[in-house]
Amino acid sequence: MKSDTKLPEPCGIQEDILKKYPSKVARKRSKSIVLNDPKTEQEIQANIRTVPGIITQRGCCYAGCKGVVLGPTRDIINLTHGPIGCGFYSWATRRNQTRPGPDGDNFMPYCFSTDMQDDNIVFGGEKKLREAIQEAYDIFHPKMIGIFATCPVGLIGDDIHAVAREMKEKLGINIFGFSCEGYKGVSQSAGHHIANNQIFKHVVGLDDTVKEGKFKINLLGEYNIGGDAFLIEDLFKRCGLTLISTYSGNSSVDHFANSHTADLNLIMCHRSINYVAKMMEKKFGIPWLKINFIGAEATAKSLRKIAQYFGDKELIKQVEKVIGEEMPAVLEARKDVEPRTRGKLAMIFVGGSRAHHYQYLFSEIGMKTVAAGYEFAHRDDYEGRKVLPQIKVDADSRNIEEVVVEKDPKRYRLRKTEQELDALKKKGMEISKYEGMMSEMEPNSVVIDDISQYETEKLIDKYKPAVFCAGIKEKYTVQKRGIPMKQLHSYDYGGPFAAFKGAINFYREMDRTVNTKVWRMIKAPWENEPEITATFVVE
Amino acid sequence: MKTAENLYTATRNSCKLCAPLGASLVLRGIEGAMPFLHGSQGCSTYIRRYLINHFKEPVDIASSNFSEKEAIFGGKQSLISGLENICKQYQPKLIGVATTCLTETIGDDVEMILREFFLKHKSERLPEIVHISTPSYIGTHMEGFHTAVLAVVSTIARKEKKLKQIGIFPGLVSSADIRYLKEIVSDFDLGPVILPDYSETLDGGPWEEYQKIQQGGTTVEQIASLGDSLGTIELGHSLETRKTASVFLEDNFSVPRFSLGLPIGIKLTDLFFNNLKKISGKEIPCKYQSARARLIDAYVDGHKYIFGKKVLVYGEEDLVIAVASFLFEIGAVPVFCATGEKTGTLKKVLPEIASAYGKEIIIREGYDFEQIGEESAKIGLDFMLGNSKGYYLARKMGIPLIRIGFPIHDRLGGQRILHLGYGGTQQLFDRILNAVIEKKQETSPVGYSYM
Repeated sequence: MKSDTKLPEPCGIQEDILKKYPSKVARKRSKSIVLNDPKTEQEIQANIRTVPGIITQRGCCYAGCKGVVLGPTRDIINLTHGPIGCGFYSWATRRNQTRPGPDGDNFMPYCFSTDMQDDNIVFGGEKKLREAIQEAYDIFHPKMIGIFATCPVGLIGDDIHAVAREMKEKLGINIFGFSCEGYKGVSQSAGHHIANNQIFKHVVGLDDTVKEGKFKINLLGEYNIGGDAFLIEDLFKRCGLTLISTYSGNSSVDHFANSHTADLNLIMCHRSINYVAKMMEKKFGIPWLKINFIGAEATAKSLRKIAQYFGDKELIKQVEKVIGEEMPAVLEARKDVEPRTRGKLAMIFVGGSRAHHYQYLFSEIGMKTVAAGYEFAHRDDYEGRKVLPQIKVDADSRNIEEVVVEKDPKRYRLRKTEQELDALKKKGMEISKYEGMMSEMEPNSVVIDDISQYETEKLIDKYKPAVFCAGIKEKYTVQKRGIPMKQLHSYDYGGPFAAFKGAINFYREMDRTVNTKVWRMIKAPWENEPEITATFVVE
Repeated sequence: MKTAENLYTATRNSCKLCAPLGASLVLRGIEGAMPFLHGSQGCSTYIRRYLINHFKEPVDIASSNFSEKEAIFGGKQSLISGLENICKQYQPKLIGVATTCLTETIGDDVEMILREFFLKHKSERLPEIVHISTPSYIGTHMEGFHTAVLAVVSTIARKEKKLKQIGIFPGLVSSADIRYLKEIVSDFDLGPVILPDYSETLDGGPWEEYQKIQQGGTTVEQIASLGDSLGTIELGHSLETRKTASVFLEDNFSVPRFSLGLPIGIKLTDLFFNNLKKISGKEIPCKYQSARARLIDAYVDGHKYIFGKKVLVYGEEDLVIAVASFLFEIGAVPVFCATGEKTGTLKKVLPEIASAYGKEIIIREGYDFEQIGEESAKIGLDFMLGNSKGYYLARKMGIPLIRIGFPIHDRLGGQRILHLGYGGTQQLFDRILNAVIEKKQETSPVGYSYM
């Protein structure tokens, strides 16, 4: 992010953080803490198992699979196979919004679980799972049922995939399982991958209908928290872009089935969904662009990039028209807010893309991101996809299936010729590429992967930021220290923050957050200097 | 045979949570304690976010962060290194190691691993470490809660000398409830040892400096001294037949046990105060007698609005029973009482209470919200009482939901709802009455502002 002033020197912060750790832990953590220098190629350790006893903010494989990727799709019955906790805790907690589809199916307000009991653990839970699927079918008649395995399922050897095949045959609807037991992988990231694989294998390509539309796109990795996707959908429509499928905010399983007919994939959250994009590219020949609709400037840039990709004059004109309609209100809001936010420091520790994207919003109101990091991302999200060949596959990643994809003999279709793509690349367009977060952060910023509660405290002590962005687990610890905190998973029950209107919401939200006067009341008047007491006595 | 209660195989919108959550909550009510879940990190993350959402306070829970390797070969090393890292970073006074469905299924021998840990560090000052067995495929969050209280007490409690104190095991109540219980017991000139006591840890103010583990909670020393108490009071009808901390203290240290329902409503609160009187040998302080009198006065004032109203009560069985008993007192009828628990307590206790009022009511155990909804639709209810999870049913039926218990995540202040004693009943009564009156006023064809 460009800015005219420099960030404070990070002198000694790394040593300061590490000195409390046992030496082995300190050695391990030191590789995940980087003082950023965008001019050099720095390596950061990421996607590495959290040390036991270090309180992490990460979730599990099941959370990434059922909660994140499949959760926002309205017409799939997500059946958790396991004891009750996992289903309960992932029940409507992510604030994904949806519109009812034409058939009215919406199972998102439900939490379906086989609620395994001790006899299921001892004697196996397949019978109960089979009955539960039958029951779900009888009551709801869904077009698809997804089965999500929790920790004990893998251990007792329930074959959810066999049950799924059997019931699929019996009921004639799409049923398949996700082996997303919580102990797999190092974080929810493993669950994203498993979800991507299974959707690709069992859903994508089931419907070959080619829809009307000159410029057909998929939006990947947008989960419609707080209504973000609604705003983006509106922009697409006004620009003349036809959205085939979103993965997976405000989505239907029918959209996934048809998504291979699109001309272009757009990736919002690279971490959670790049697998689907890669597989679609290989099997169906759809290129992908990394775009970002968080931040008004970033939104405008992304829209222009899409228009440039298609290279259609009408589309380019229409995109400019839409940007022209939206920007005046954005600039007005910025002018109002910026005097009260300029120069203030922000920290963002969240997700697999938001820690990157939200830096754009902050820079638009003159705020500087002094420290950032992801909860569950990999090195390519920090350093760019160029490091992919260097990433060593460890035991935790090896267990996640890499789906072997080949060119579909009938349906593979080059969307652009090699020459056309080269011409675009020559003009500076990055196709099927992501540069990561670190190259765009300022010198002296601190980058920390999988930050712990303790490290958060150290950072806060040093920088006293104007706002700290993370999730609900960090929220109250940060606020206890008198630092305003904004949740960027659930948006603190606000939003939307995407696109132009979302940017305006965010400016106003930050103005409120960093300028609130409530912290000034922490000290009671009787805790003040003794002279004040004396004045009272004199009076 | 399929009966109403086992009509369905799957659970749709569960009315219960899992055992490790209950255990974690108990540990947050012990001073300097760190809950430690032995299993996947997802359990600790999910439970943290759920507790935090209700209490709006930090909740740190450590984990042994299982990978596939540990799931296959056992989690001994992860548990030991996890405990070492927690000791070094947080210097806790107590660590509660609660198991999860993962470690229970693979059969990790936690007791043995802990012995090894102690042996390895025998020359060091170590915190108390308590093992709590909480497989989430047995019972509910309440099972985990009571198991944790018993595990902590049976590991730590001693008997040395008689102390003028009383042990209270309140069950899952709000932070405000715990504060109020402390005040009541202190007013009888008794030292209260409440386990758990998360009145400060889960409802506190800003910090001057970073607190690795939030201040507040019952101290390990206080828990150790429970064997010296004049008596213990445990709250909740379900505890009567359980092996509880109170039973343990009575069996091992001859501390008299008083097992009562949650003090909600006049009758159950009278019982609670009578027991305090018995244990302390002191008269009931004036301020509580006045509070009781005011409550009776309010019952009279409100009777015409509430009489005969049909109510759904759902949630933890102990809360449901106490609230139902209170509703009968004020002339409302808890026609439908449901819980996700399956201990048989509801069916044992409620019919007796109902028949004292000449009423028959529907009692359901092991129910989920969809079952509650289906059956409610047939009844014609006036309002309902329970946690936020039932809101969608209230919306569907167009009736008021008066929020009580846990979890409350669609209103602020769930941790400050007072349910217990004359004071708590008074607040509950006023909230219920006003919800009924508001509903009538809002749906009235004429606007009125005076009644």
